[in-house]
This record gives sequence, structure tokens and C-alpha cells, in this order.
Amino acid sequence: MSEADLRAVSTNTNPDGDARPPAPAHDPASVVVRAPQMTPDKPEGFFIVGKATPKVDAYGRVTGAERFADDIALPNMLFGKMVRSTQPHARLTRVDVRRALTLPGVVAAATGADLRVRYGILPSSPDETVMAVERVRYVGDPVACIVAEDEVTAEEACALVEVGYEPLPAIMTIDDALRTDLPQIHPNPRRADNVHKEVHLEFGDVEQGFAAADRVFEDEYFFEGTTHAPIEQHAVVADYGPDGKLTLWCSTQTPHYLHRIAAAVLGLPGSHVRVIAPPVGGGFGGKTEPFAHELAAGFMAMKTGRPVKMTLTREEVFYAHRGRHPVRFKLRTGVKNDGTITAVHLQTWLDGGAYGSYGVATTYYTGALTPVTYKIPAYKFDGCRVFTNKPPCGPKRGHGTTQPRFAIESQLDKIADALGLDAAEYRKRIAVEPSSKTVNGLRITSCGLPQCLDAAAARTNYAAKRGRLPRGKGIGLAASAYLCGAGLPIYWNAMPQSGAMVKIDRGGGVTVFCGASDCGQGSTHMLAAIVAETLGTDVTDVRVCYGDTDLTPVDLGSYSSRVTFMAGNAARQAALTLRAQLANAAAAKLECPPQRLGFGRRRVFCLDDPARSLTFIEAAQLAEAEFGTLAAVGSYTPPALAAGYKGSGVGPSPAYSYSVAVAEVDVDLETGQVQVEKITLAHDVGRCINADSVEGQIEGAVYMGLGEALMEEWPFRAGEHKTPNLLDYKTPTSLDTPPIEAIIIETDDREGPFGAKEAGQGPLNPVIPAIANAVADAIKARIHSTPITPEKVLKALDATSGAPLRLKPSAASRPQPPVPASP
Amino acid sequence: MPKRVPIRICVNGQPREAFVEPAASLLELVRGTFGLTGTKEGCGTGYCGACTVLLDGQPVNACLVFAVDADHRDVLTVEGLTTHEGGLHPVQDAFVACGALQCGFCTPGMLVSTVALLRRVPYPSEADIRAALAGHLCRCTGYRSIVRAVTRAAAALAANPENPALPQPARPRGMRSRA
Ligand code: FES
Ligand code: FES
Repeated sequence: MSEADLRAVSTNTNPDGDARPPAPAHDPASVVVRAPQMTPDKPEGFFIVGKATPKVDAYGRVTGAERFADDIALPNMLFGKMVRSTQPHARLTRVDVRRALTLPGVVAAATGADLRVRYGILPSSPDETVMAVERVRYVGDPVACIVAEDEVTAEEACALVEVGYEPLPAIMTIDDALRTDLPQIHPNPRRADNVHKEVHLEFGDVEQGFAAADRVFEDEYFFEGTTHAPIEQHAVVADYGPDGKLTLWCSTQTPHYLHRIAAAVLGLPGSHVRVIAPPVGGGFGGKTEPFAHELAAGFMAMKTGRPVKMTLTREEVFYAHRGRHPVRFKLRTGVKNDGTITAVHLQTWLDGGAYGSYGVATTYYTGALTPVTYKIPAYKFDGCRVFTNKPPCGPKRGHGTTQPRFAIESQLDKIADALGLDAAEYRKRIAVEPSSKTVNGLRITSCGLPQCLDAAAARTNYAAKRGRLPRGKGIGLAASAYLCGAGLPIYWNAMPQSGAMVKIDRGGGVTVFCGASDCGQGSTHMLAAIVAETLGTDVTDVRVCYGDTDLTPVDLGSYSSRVTFMAGNAARQAALTLRAQLANAAAAKLECPPQRLGFGRRRVFCLDDPARSLTFIEAAQLAEAEFGTLAAVGSYTPPALAAGYKGSGVGPSPAYSYSVAVAEVDVDLETGQVQVEKITLAHDVGRCINADSVEGQIEGAVYMGLGEALMEEWPFRAGEHKTPNLLDYKTPTSLDTPPIEAIIIETDDREGPFGAKEAGQGPLNPVIPAIANAVADAIKARIHSTPITPEKVLKALDATSGAPLRLKPSAASRPQPPVPASP
Repeated sequence: MPKRVPIRICVNGQPREAFVEPAASLLELVRGTFGLTGTKEGCGTGYCGACTVLLDGQPVNACLVFAVDADHRDVLTVEGLTTHEGGLHPVQDAFVACGALQCGFCTPGMLVSTVALLRRVPYPSEADIRAALAGHLCRCTGYRSIVRAVTRAAAALAANPENPALPQPARPRGMRSRA
């Protein structure tokens, strides 16, 4: 990247001659590989898109002025707490709240009997109730709810609720869940085990593919479960008015889905429920479905007629979970001697925890995107999700595609080594082609995988280092692809996935209304940037009103990396309508055909003679005089992409992003400790709307992947989560996180807004296998499960060195503690 | 119900009085009683750093300090960083400029810790910064942009040590009451 490009990135976007001081100069840390600008309706070029601009909503977040859900306090507000199961699996014999109600300060209580409506985020598995009815399914399952004048009283009252349990055997492993002689967590007369969902798909001639292979590689892998651990604990404030209308302020990524389900569960018409998503303090997929406490708060507000707030404790956040499924894999790949893949058979077993959540989709996702990265002519996928007595698993950043990436990319390195191929060049050779279709019917538009491979490998000198570093040092590379929004909504409907409304004020202010929820991923800034770019005004003049089901058109929510692509396109469509009105009004005044007008720097100008221009405000006023109130709507519906077979609804996306990670590690051969020295990540973002945001998403994804690769675990003992707190659940601190270098690759997707795709989730996926591959390079032995702990490293080292295993002292040699005399 | 205890405390330069429960934390006092919700709770057990405030200039996890222990002491929260005119403190400015926040939930704690760090070490190395912020978990950024922001803030403060946006030095103990 040249100096000039670097400067182009850092140019601040304040229009010349603006009275306000320019935005602070910014030193871009990432490299941006630009694609030429192709957008035909922006002939004047980009003024905002691609630059690194401070986010418009950053100011409220650095001053403490921004109000998150838990910061909201209403007059006369009550505080709620949930009583939670202490048993992993039990029949409920009794839930008695009478003693709790006698505690001074307690206002009301409810149990499962009060609210029996079953719901679930996916219409196919409505297996949850707000509080347990008859049975509890994990430690932490809500059993009752108390509201009181203050939080401490509510908590004390919870301890007074008497709950009778009749314990059932707890099913804590995939193996136990597959057994047919244990009780069913969700009674299902059609089978005897605890399988929730089975998927069997086959594309192309798999048998023939394996027969044609020169070599067949078969491995087993295990991906450990992890959780999102957003720093904000889930919170909700519910207010029920005398008009019979309920408002929920809720830290949710999906206000629309909460709106639907709250209305159904609480028995209110949709018109009487309003869900507002204030800024969310981190989500990562963990706040994408309605939670029991949110519905309980609504119920209690209706019951008491007073506002109710419920904020989960950190321990409860671990029980609310919906985190990454632990997945076991069997992966069989047939290849020619030159590495060409002839067939793949992938089998997955997902530990789903106690409820369905998004699990059906997750099951499909563990297989659906396999053919989106490399050319696979024949593909068989068998997926199986089971119920266990653990907190329910769901979507976490990379939803279901993260786990198989670990398996596939680990095996690919093995294949490259066995065939004597350069692992990066090899991947490039088998990468999918742009504008192609995969064997399972997925449409690929732009694909920057080869560019990502080249950039990341060149930047890190990968080819020269791999296999040539001193023992203990290693370099690893891995690639991945991800959705830009699921092609289909989670409940079947023919309406748009995203809507936006844009209005221009006489003072030049622009307001964007959109249902997207901002969980820190930057959707607010993205919407402001896209609208400002289209209308030629400045981002600071755009206000974004988001995540309010009463005020904003529906956007399905901040999940599956859909917001930039879908809400961005909807907002752009609305802005283009207004741009046309402005152009028509200005054309007469400037005596210039509307198509020859440019919009930028708060001006409307003639492309052929930029000195002939109007200010944005002048143009807006002319347009309002001519056309009336300046407001327009836009909506986005993805093209119909499903291939038509059962299950083909999961996997299609209007576009796919591509990422390549290179990890460099230093493994201590004595202790087994893995030190990641640097991670370089190249990401095909389509078009970078804001360099700051894309870079931030990449860095955050790398960090999150690092935690999953090396430290995060989901351990249980006797049915209980062993580490439900932020000390024992290890996430990387500033000291554990290595230098990260982001390389942003543009491919200008033909359907994305200004060519943009996604950056929120894709960059996480390759990080974990890249680290695994680097460790394998360092110790010349492979670890087939995450996280890669020192213990596993030492075991792998011992296994390869042929040295006797380092064992714990045997029971005989260990000094025995004195046996206490029985009393 | 336990008897409430009267305390006097200087919050962001303003003397305040309150009656607190003996078991109430400084975090509850700041967020609940004073309505300064800029300071966040991420765990309530001292593990995440989101609740950090400066107590007599030292960063503390407000969730672990009893409100009564803050009696006659000086507390600085994120709200105290902005000037009366609403101008950003150079540290806030640097966080915005460097894109050092995404969801912003860890940010208030990071900001006040940075202020404390830069008072102690005006020219911190990257290692100094990473060590000083190790008690603050951030799940969004990967920390790199935060490290850059702190470096940038250090440079800005060094360039203009008289910056009026600088927080006042901690008030000596035993401040006089408002009356
Ligand atoms: S809330 Fe105090 S350290 Fe987490
Ligand atoms: S910015 Fe979200 S936790 Fe740090």
C-alpha cells in the first residue's frame, strides 16, 4: 500500500470551509486494499465511504451520557429477580411463594403456573416457558419470579421461595444424550434418545468422489463450547400503562423478535407492545432471542401496574447463555494427489443444552457453509443436535460455522503436508470462484479469498516461515467464509428483511429511522455514513433513530451479519429517492441536468462545473417547496436463493465475506504454554464503509477467537457450571492479547450497499484454526480439540517424542491424607 | 432493616451528602443514589473493571468498595471528565479518535483508569498501558485501539499540560462540609 493510499484513508471528511473544527486526524493502523469505485449512482466519488471517521455515536459512550437498559430508572419502579433451579434435571413437585410474599417490601410473585405459553425463537422448537412448568432442565432454569421495592429485598425473597424437586438423572454429555435408556429432557414419543434435530444431506456423487480420490483423510475433532460474556449483563425495564400498552426497554439485538414473542406470550395485541433497544453493551449473538426475565418483567409490570426492572447478575448471564455449541466432528475428505478435493463427508454432533434456541439453524450451519470456501464437487453432511441438562446453546459470533472451520482447516494443513504442498498456495488453488454456485446450491457473488490469502501470506512471509522455524515457534494459516445476512427470516414471511425511513429537515438535518439494534458493532454509524454519502451531507448532520418498534420500520435485528448489507441497502434506497427529489429541484436552479449533479461536502454541484452549486440546505428547501415533506422509505428483501431441498433455507445469503488469518506462536516446550506473538488477518469486506469500524470488528473478532482457541471452556461438575464468573471463565485481558494487524480487502460486491459485505463475524472463524495450525507447526504434533491448553500441548509433545508420558504421581506413590476418624 | 449511615463525599468536584446502607457499595451509591449511570456494572465481583472510579485519585472497583468507606473522600467518575461546557477530556477525545470503543460498556472504567495512569506515568510504554488496563475486560475491541488511544492521549496531555479539561487534583482528606 502506498503512502498516498494511506493518506487517502486518513483524510478527514469534514467539508472544506466548514466552521467546525475538522475531526481529529487519524492514524489508520490497518492496510486497505481498495477496489475501484463502481457505484453508478455516485459518479462524484466517495466523500465518506472508506474513510476512517469517528463513529457518530461514540460521544455518548465516552461521556457516560448514553443510557443502556440498566441505566434507565422510572418513577415508582420495582425490581425483579428470578428464582432459579438448583437441580440439573428434576420434576417440580412444588413451587410455593407464600413465605416470600410475607417479606416486607415484596410486592408480587409468579411461577410457571401463571404463564404457561410455550415459545421459542424458532417457530420449529417452541420448547420454553417463562418459568419452569413441571420440570427443570438445567441449573439456572427459571422457576419463579419476585418483584420488590428494591433489588436486595427481591433477592432475599427468592431465598424464601420453597421449591420441591424430584431429581431425574442428569444428561451431561453428547454420548449420554444419544443413549436410549435415559429419561428424555423434552418428551418425544417419536424417539427414545435425547436427539433434538437430525439433518442428512447429500450433494453430488459422494461415493464416486471418494472412489476417485488418490488419498482419503479421516479425522475426529472436538470444538469446546464457549460463551459470549458481553460486559453488559442483560437488563430490561418494563412499563405497562393505563392504556393497556406495554413498553420494554431491553438490551436486545433483536427488538422485532422480542416484540413478536412478548405479544404472543403475554397475550397482548402486537399494537400494544413496544420494544425499545437502547444501545446494547455487547452482544456477539448472546442477546438475539427473548429471555425469560424479559418476558417475566413484562408480565410483572402488567400484574402490578408498576414499572419493573430486571438486570441479570453475571452468574445468571452464564445461565442465560445461548453460547457456542460444543461440537464433535468426523471429517472425511478425498483428494487427488495434487490436492484437488473429490468429496467431503462431514458429521457433526452438537451439544445443545436444555432448550432448542436457534439450535435447528445451528445444526444446519455446521454443514451448510463448508462448500462456500473451497471447491467441493461432492458433499455429504450429517448433523445431529442433542439436548443435555446444561444452559441452552445458541448462536455466537460465527454461528455454527466457527466449529467446523477448526476441523476443516486443521485437516487441510494435514493434507497439504501429506501431499507436500504449500498450505497457502494450495488453498488458493482450491478456492471457490467468484460468480459461481456451490454443490449445495449456494450462490457466490464476489469472492476475495485469493486476495486475502495472498495479502496475509505475503505480509507474514508465511511460505518462508512455515515448517522452517525453530522448534517451539510456529506459523499457521486458515481461511473462512461467512454470510452477509441469512437469506431467509427465522419465521416464514414474504415481507422485507429490513426497512428504513429517511427524512430531511429544513435545517439540513437528516434522520434515519431503522429497526436495527446497535450492540457496538457500529450499525448506527454505518446507517449515518450510507445516508450521508448518498445525500452528500456530513455524517454529523445525520441522526439515527434505531431499535424502537413503535418508531422504526422493522429490521430483523443484529444477527447473522445482516445489518450493513440489508439495513444499509434499505437506507440507501430511501436516501436515493430523496436524492432524486433534491436533484430535480436543484437542476432547475442550477440549469444542469439532474443526472449531471454531484452530492458531497454539504453541497449539490454540477459535475461539469463544481463551482455552480447549492448548499444542501438550499437544495432541501427547494425540494420541499416542490415535492412537499421530504421523507422516503426503503426496504430490502434478499433475492430468492434457496435451492428448494429441505434445509436449503439455511446457508443462502446475498453475499459471502472471506477471511484469512495467519497466527505466529511461541510454544514453551517445558510448560506447554502457547504465546501468540501476532495475528494478521485479511478480510474481504466487499467495500469498507468506515475503516475504523471494519478494523475494530476485525481486531475484536481476532481477540474473541484467541480466547476460544486457547482459554475458554465450558466445564460442568455434578450438573453445575463450574465457572459462572468472569474470573474463572478465562477471557483474554490486555496482557494476553497479541498485536493484531488487519488487512482490509475490497471486492465491491455488486449487491451490497456501495459494494459492502460484512465484517462482524467472518473474521473470527479463521483465527482458531490458524492458531491450531501454528501450534502444530511449532510442536510437530496436532491437537484435535479446543481450547489448546498447556496440558494438551504437553500430552501431544510426549506422544510424539516417544518419551514416557508425564504422569501424575501414582496413587501408591502419593502420600495419602490421613483418614479422619468418623465421629 | 440496618440503620443507614450518613456520609459526606466529594463527587466529581461537588460535595455531596447521602444516607447509605452499611452494606451498600460505592457503585450503588454512584449509580443509584447520585444517578451517575456512566459508571457500569459488569460483574459486581471485582473481575471486570467496568465499575472503576477514582477514589482519592486511585482506580478502584466501585463494586468492591463500601459506600461508607468513601466517606470524606474524593470520587471521580466518567461524568467528571468532561468540562462544564461539555468539552471532552483529552483521554475521551483520544478514545473517540482512535475508535477505541465499540459497545462502550467497558469504556468509562477504561477512561478513568487511563487518567490515573497518565498522572502517574505521563509517557507510558505499550507495556505500561497494557499492565495498567489488565483489570479491565473488553469483549469488543481486542484492546489494540485502546492502547493506541492511551498513547495518543498521553501525547495530547504532554503537549498541553495546562489543559483546563484536566481533572482537578484530588481534594485533601477531611474536606469541609458545604455549610
Ligand atoms: S462490576 Fe466491579 S469489577 Fe465488574
Ligand atoms: S467496547 Fe464493548 S466491552 Fe469494551
